Amino acid sequence: MPAGKSILIYAYGNPGRQDDGLGNALVEALGPWIAEQGMDQVEVDSNFQLNIEDADNIKDKDAVVFVDASIEDIGQFHFGRVEPSEGRSEFTLHSASPAYILALCIGLYNRHPETYLLQIRGYEWEFQEGLSPGAAENLDAALDFLKGKIESGDWN
Amino acid sequence: MGRKITIEPVTRVEGHGKVTIHLDDYGNVTQTRLHIVEFRGFERFVQGRPYWEMPVLVQRLCGICPVSHHLAAAKALDVIVGAGTGEGLTPTAEKMRRLMHYGQIFQSHSLHFFHLASPDMVFGIDGDPATRNIIGLALKNPELAVQGVMMRKFGQEIIRATAGKKIHGTGAIPGGINKHLSIEERDEFLKGADPLNADRMIEWSQAAVNWFKDYHKKNRDFIDNYAVFPSNHLSLVRKDGAMDLYHGVLRAVDPEGNKILHDVDYQDYLDYIDEEVRSWSYMKFPYLKELGKSKGWYTVGPLGRLNTADFIPTPLAQKEFEEYKAYTKGKPNNMSMHMHWARLIEILHSAEMMKELLIDPDIVSGELVTKGEKRNQGVGLIEAPRGTLFHHYEINGKDQVIMANLIVSTTNNNQPMNEAVNYVAKNYMTGQDEITEPMMNAVEVGIRAYDPCLSCATHAFGQMPLEFSLFNSRDELIDFRRRS
Repeated sequence: MPAGKSILIYAYGNPGRQDDGLGNALVEALGPWIAEQGMDQVEVDSNFQLNIEDADNIKDKDAVVFVDASIEDIGQFHFGRVEPSEGRSEFTLHSASPAYILALCIGLYNRHPETYLLQIRGYEWEFQEGLSPGAAENLDAALDFLKGKIESGDWN
Repeated sequence: MGRKITIEPVTRVEGHGKVTIHLDDYGNVTQTRLHIVEFRGFERFVQGRPYWEMPVLVQRLCGICPVSHHLAAAKALDVIVGAGTGEGLTPTAEKMRRLMHYGQIFQSHSLHFFHLASPDMVFGIDGDPATRNIIGLALKNPELAVQGVMMRKFGQEIIRATAGKKIHGTGAIPGGINKHLSIEERDEFLKGADPLNADRMIEWSQAAVNWFKDYHKKNRDFIDNYAVFPSNHLSLVRKDGAMDLYHGVLRAVDPEGNKILHDVDYQDYLDYIDEEVRSWSYMKFPYLKELGKSKGWYTVGPLGRLNTADFIPTPLAQKEFEEYKAYTKGKPNNMSMHMHWARLIEILHSAEMMKELLIDPDIVSGELVTKGEKRNQGVGLIEAPRGTLFHHYEINGKDQVIMANLIVSTTNNNQPMNEAVNYVAKNYMTGQDEITEPMMNAVEVGIRAYDPCLSCATHAFGQMPLEFSLFNSRDELIDFRRRS
């Protein structure tokens, strides 16, 4: 990772709805690892949903990785670049998509970070805390992948 | 040939809604219905859980207004732990909760006005849906869009500081609160770098009210004549009749302003309010028992609150309240689009309240928790952004919840939203023989004025995701459109 590059890992979801909390769980696990590595320029955060103020929260970052649960059949996880779009997230629990937040950031501030989305496959969405066994396995795989990305600084 | 038009959002995990509009052979609207899924599953889910879990557990309901559920549950549990029915908390506990609540009102109202309602006004309700959103607003009026973003951010930061964290906050507990605000946090909110400080929030709130009043002058016909119908109105008010969004007694007025619910203790709400089940909707229809099912329905939320309150106890909002009330010569306001005006006055009131609370020394010191003789049930009411929210719990000897009854704000507004859809449909869809964007927009704008929590459905930006189906009198699909 290039020195001095400010990075935000930002998860969203409702951990009270089982696997919808996959992103939050990833951030909880990643935070201590980042501290151990002494990566001061990497921040982690999470919230129920993405919303308009997140355009302000990302505007000064060099790179942002949004982390979300996915109901789609994407394998264990999927990582890709986000392009700005006014389209909404198709998943049910979120107010705005990363692409929307990115487009809003550009519209408001005329600048934006490199933006990526890490989606982790989930299976259960009831009123309950804790991940399903399959989602927990996917979380481990996604976490290892993201650690590798952060260490290498190669986002492509 | 009679036809049925269905406007249906894509199904949501937390709930979804659809609108059906029935036309006769001549294109006249004969019946409209708004169908919404609600949270009955959650009321069953909490049975058997320890009561003290409720303030955190109920936040699973929804990512839009978890703070309102958190505080309503805590207020109900105050009664159960013997901490009184609203007046028994320590000054610190009550003021910290109020600060959390006004932060929630401020951010939620800001989100709704700047990013859902104002694009309708700036671009017109028949504007291109592709640009009729906050991003389009940012290009056309960047100052207004940035103010909305930062006001929402300020409210969120207040919530984070008072609730302890952004997700599943733990600030309110049965009988009180679990933390003070630190002096550093307080000073940051009061004197923080521009624009994230209390004074700037008040200034921008006042500017937003002025923006609406200017728009109103130029668009009086639309604002004054869109979805107008007589309604009863209900909310909490302070015992002296002041607007109070956190606590008070229940008051209702009829369309002429006569009191029909006389400042009663909400612990007894079941004596006054019942809910009707209708076969075609999952969501119940609350009504005042004394007036019956057909005449007892009421409106809640900003419009309801400004119709029931005698005054607003902060100076700038009170000045706006006086102008607002003068517009209808002191009578209740039954114009649905004036909900936006009322909402903006509440934003200003919330901004003033946040500053008032932040400079209060009880916020940073003092006792946190009160306890007393335990009871087996309690009711907690709060004026959530969208209106009065009811939480009612009963527990057994093992401290387990055995009954939960929630009446959420959107349920209270069920009939008014149906009335709004009916009004709009008759005025915009009569004689139309095909589905058009302006027709769908018109229905949406009528519903959107109430800021319904169809969970995430209506908080999707720009436009609600809708499927539009047209049926003939034999329920055969003859037209279909999807907006995405």
